[in-house]
Parts: sequence; structure tokens; C-alpha cells
Amino acid sequence: MHVHTDVAVLLVSVFLASSVEMVEALTIVLAAGTARGWRSALEGTALALLTLTALVATLGPAIVHYVPLDTLRIVVGGLLLVFGLQWLRKAVLRAAGLKAKHDEDAIFKRHVEELEAQPRGGARDSLGFVLAFKGVFLEGLEVVVIVITLGSTSNHLGLAALAALAAVLVVAGVGLAVARQLSAVPENAMKMAVGLMLVSFGTFWSGEGVGINWYGSDLAIPALVALYGLTALTLVLILRPSPVDSPSGPDVSVA
Amino acid sequence: MSASPEETVPASSWAGRQLRAFGRFWWDFLVGETPELLVGAVLVVGAVALVHHGGVARSVTEVALPALVITLLALSLIRAKRTGRH
Repeated sequence: MHVHTDVAVLLVSVFLASSVEMVEALTIVLAAGTARGWRSALEGTALALLTLTALVATLGPAIVHYVPLDTLRIVVGGLLLVFGLQWLRKAVLRAAGLKAKHDEDAIFKRHVEELEAQPRGGARDSLGFVLAFKGVFLEGLEVVVIVITLGSTSNHLGLAALAALAAVLVVAGVGLAVARQLSAVPENAMKMAVGLMLVSFGTFWSGEGVGINWYGSDLAIPALVALYGLTALTLVLILRPSPVDSPSGPDVSVA
Repeated sequence: MSASPEETVPASSWAGRQLRAFGRFWWDFLVGETPELLVGAVLVVGAVALVHHGGVARSVTEVALPALVITLLALSLIRAKRTGRH
């Protein structure tokens, strides 16, 4: 079966980006369920997922239908450049040891302690519901933006949405299987990969939007991923402090 | 029984709060701690568009765009290391 390179990169990008965000959301849902009861946590999660799906289903086709393709490519390309550079910058700083890494176990522990300190409601606990809803909705909004921008510009909105859905199901399944061992997920490596792909798509589409016809057409995307990957690796090595400069690295982050 | 503070908030204040929250989301999303990336990306795409439509060879713009993006990332990282704002 012939699969276009840009579609394959798009699906991997959406899947990885959604997985990273869903790992962060799952930490919050697990904390809400453990501390406040599973019924409220799962109801909050379900409502957030429904709201996010509705956003993709309404905004995605509207953008594809009403916005001219060149305009869409410049705007989306620019957005992906900014968004991707933010992810890549953080991932490089973390890989270089200049920024604390996310510790999902510490975040989980902190949430549970805060929630258990609050008085409990009945079978339906509003605090657990709201925390699960906000956690999934806010983390999922980034996924919605990625799905709509990548999906609408490449004309594969349905595939992008399916890749995001697959990520939600995989993370939920794995998360429930391993319970609280979310810190084992290589979050920073995944964020680095997503950042590389978003910056590559951003470069490709903003270039096409201003009139550049890339050599090799869609093959320019994996070439850009490779170029930016080498650059990120070089920057990590350059920025990594020597042992003399920094006897103790940054602590883990729960922010 | 007195009403809670949430119940006494007028609808206009509620709408204002939602608008502010919406604006804050997009501000954090696009600007956050790295305004240089937003400004830089706009300048990079704008400069490449000008150069491309100015009749410069295609090979130049194809190399210039990723080169400028790499420069932008490197400058932002150097700024982060110097200022300690990560």
C-alpha cells in the first residue's frame, strides 16, 4: 500500500502530540479518581472529550471550507512554527539539563494530597468532576489546535482526528494498565519529536504559502525533520553545562 | 439565606471573565514566556515572502527559510541560558 510521506509524518505528529498531552491529562484524571471517586472523574473526562470532539467537528470543516488554501498555509504554517519552536526549545533545554523535567509521579502525588484535604461530596463529587474536566479539556485544546491546523492544511482532517483518537485510547489503556507509573513514559523525547515535526510542517507550509515550491515536493518534510533533528542535537550538546559549571542539575518539575 | 459571591456576579462580569480567560489561553499558547519566537516567526515568514516575490532564486529562499528558523531557535535558547528564564 502506498502511503504519502506527508500523510505518514502528519499521522505520527498528531499521534505523538496527542499522546504527550493525554499523559498529562491522565495524571490529573487518575488523581481525581483516586482521591474523589471514579464516577465523577470519568464523567468529567467524558464531557471534556465530547466537547473537544465537537470543536474539531465544527471548526475543522468550517476552516477548510471558508479560508483560501494559500492564506491557510501561511497562517497555519506560522502558527505551527511558533508552537513547534516552543515545544522544541523546552525539549532542548530539558535534554541539555537546563530545565527541570516533568515528573508525572510527583504531579500525581501533589494533586491527590490537595484533593484529599478538601471535604468530600456525595456519590457525585463536583471537585473531582471539575478537575478531571479541566485537566482533559485544557490539555486537549492543544491537541485540537494541532489536529485542526495539520488536518485542514493537508486536507486530511479525518485522518488527523483518528490519529488523535487512537492516541487517547492507547494512553488510556496503557495508563490504566500501569496505574500510576506514568513517569516511565519518555515524555521529553516525545516532546522533542513533536517539536521537530511541527517546526518542519510549519516551515514547509509557510514556505508553500508564500510561493516556494520545495525540491522533492513532500519529501522536503522528512528532510526538514532530519535537518532540525541534527540542529537540536547539536544545540543540546552545545548548551549542556560542563560538570564544573553545574555540580547539581535542575530538580524535577511538577508545574 | 444570603447568596454566594458567584451568584451575585452580574452576567456582564461573567462574560468578561470568560473573554479574559479566552484571551489568556491564546496569549499563553502563542506568546507565553517566549515572545521572541512569535515576533521572530512573523519576521522570518515575512522576510522570506518579500525575498521570494522580489525575484530572488528559488534555491536561495528554500535554504533561507530553514536557516532563519534555526537561527531563531538558537537565539531563543541562548537568551534562555543567559537570562535563566526557561
